[in-house]
Amino acid sequence: MLAKKEVQGICTTCRHASTCTRLKFATEPIWHCDEFEVKIPNLVENLLSKNNKLIAILEDVQNYYNYLPEETLKEISGRMKIPLKDVYGVATFYKSFSLKPRGKHLISVCLGTACHVRGAQAVASEFEKQLEIKAGDTTPDKEFSLETVNCLGACALGPIVVIDGEYFSSVKARMVKQLINEVSEGLGKIDIKKDQRIFPVEVSCPRCNHTLMKLEHLIDNYPCIHITVSFGRKHGWYRLSSLYGSFNFESEHEIPLDTKLNIFCPHCHTELIGGYACPECRTTMVTMIVRGGGTVQVCPRRGCKGHILDI
Amino acid sequence: MNLTIDGIPFDAPESWTILETARFLGLEIPTLCYHEGLSAWGGCRLCIVEIGTGDRTKLVTSCTYPVEEGLVVHTATKRVISARKMILELLISQCPTSKVLQDLAAKMGLNQVRFSPKWENCIYCGLCVRICEEQMMASAIGFANRGNELKIHTPFDKTSDECRRCGGCMYICPACTTRCEGTNPENVLCGRCENTLQPTCLEVYENNYHCWMGLKGECGTCVTENNK
Ligand code: SF4
Ligand code: SF4
Ligand code: FES
Repeated sequence: MLAKKEVQGICTTCRHASTCTRLKFATEPIWHCDEFEVKIPNLVENLLSKNNKLIAILEDVQNYYNYLPEETLKEISGRMKIPLKDVYGVATFYKSFSLKPRGKHLISVCLGTACHVRGAQAVASEFEKQLEIKAGDTTPDKEFSLETVNCLGACALGPIVVIDGEYFSSVKARMVKQLINEVSEGLGKIDIKKDQRIFPVEVSCPRCNHTLMKLEHLIDNYPCIHITVSFGRKHGWYRLSSLYGSFNFESEHEIPLDTKLNIFCPHCHTELIGGYACPECRTTMVTMIVRGGGTVQVCPRRGCKGHILDI
Repeated sequence: MNLTIDGIPFDAPESWTILETARFLGLEIPTLCYHEGLSAWGGCRLCIVEIGTGDRTKLVTSCTYPVEEGLVVHTATKRVISARKMILELLISQCPTSKVLQDLAAKMGLNQVRFSPKWENCIYCGLCVRICEEQMMASAIGFANRGNELKIHTPFDKTSDECRRCGGCMYICPACTTRCEGTNPENVLCGRCENTLQPTCLEVYENNYHCWMGLKGECGTCVTENNK
């Protein structure tokens, strides 16, 4: 057997594997990599059948891999008949695309004029110091990526830091350490009362109006929503966080990603269905009545984050 | 399409641009990113002309502006000349080592550059990208990144499979031919000898006109001229 050092970097499937994470951790040579031979062509084919605009496809690929692997760009260029140099040009033009693997959490520090005069530079350097990386890089453990952006459009609240889509306003350099800790523990633990985007909802069944809340069972420190689901031949309970904006859940069975669930009221056993089409994936959404008026709609596809609150 | 260029009435075919018409009539408009064999790009802005009459005139790039019925064009007004000089100044401060730019400066009588030189080796004229795509059918190089990080290179900055090593990109690049450095390579402007029929350096260097020979010789005309 070859020593680990020798085999690193040997892959017979694709020649440009500098960004391949699989190769990096491989303990033996890769002779046939289905990621690049089967998965990527399939993925691109799939995305292309839904969408035929370059930027939309790049966004989808980025959502899938968290970055844009070189091979996918080549595949896209070949299938869309757009020269690779143009695909590459677009991918490097927009800041939201990344050609390097990004960490689990993305931290964007705004350095726009308004944030800058309020000391965003100090915040950015503090992040760099704490994470021991430069802006634009990812920590070696692939937990955090740090980037600076030029304006997030919330100048009055500056300095603004966005972590995984959550906005934090008036950030000071001394708050950085705490923010990083909170993020690595999971954003669900962040002080919910302070964050306007996350708030609890109390829901009931639209047919029998029986409450769907399970007070004795807590998710995210709040009573959870308890419903029954079925998929394939399985049937069981499903509990999801009642925090609007949180996607934490517990389930009796393990549910594979992308499965479409049929959701039922545990009391009257009606299927809860008949909402709008999900803004993200067009699946018909599930409707529940919000106490205090209005409805909330959630997408029943596992992994999809589509949800609408209608008050 | 009846139009008037510098007072000359002319009936130009519909598909022509102002630049083509002017060239047909023998009027000179300096260009940089324009090439007969490539699509018009309008990137360098050097070919600007003034269109319209009275107070309602404006500057447009002649290489991309199609002829119009009744158009009145002036290829060399005070406004055009000073704007062109300013554009050239900016281009030269980006890449003072380009022979093409220095020759243009000499021709246009530019004798100052007020911006601090960047000493880059590309002015983003896009000629190489276009020749590679349109004439060589290779599409091997393109623009990458944005703003001040803009670069021309192959995808992923790696040896390209598409490139056929034809050298077309280097042939057409205005920044690839370096200028004569003269006695003072740090000087942003050079090539003063271009537009004089009696180069002053002949006296200094005893009948050797190094710049024309294309050697990396020392000319120094510019220095002598500046010292006068
Ligand atoms: S040498 Fe390569 S990059 Fe340059 S024009 Fe030819 S094919 Fe294009
Ligand atoms: S490399 Fe040369 S031809 Fe290409 S854009 Fe730059 S200056 Fe123009
Ligand atoms: S030649 Fe017209 S803009 Fe460059």
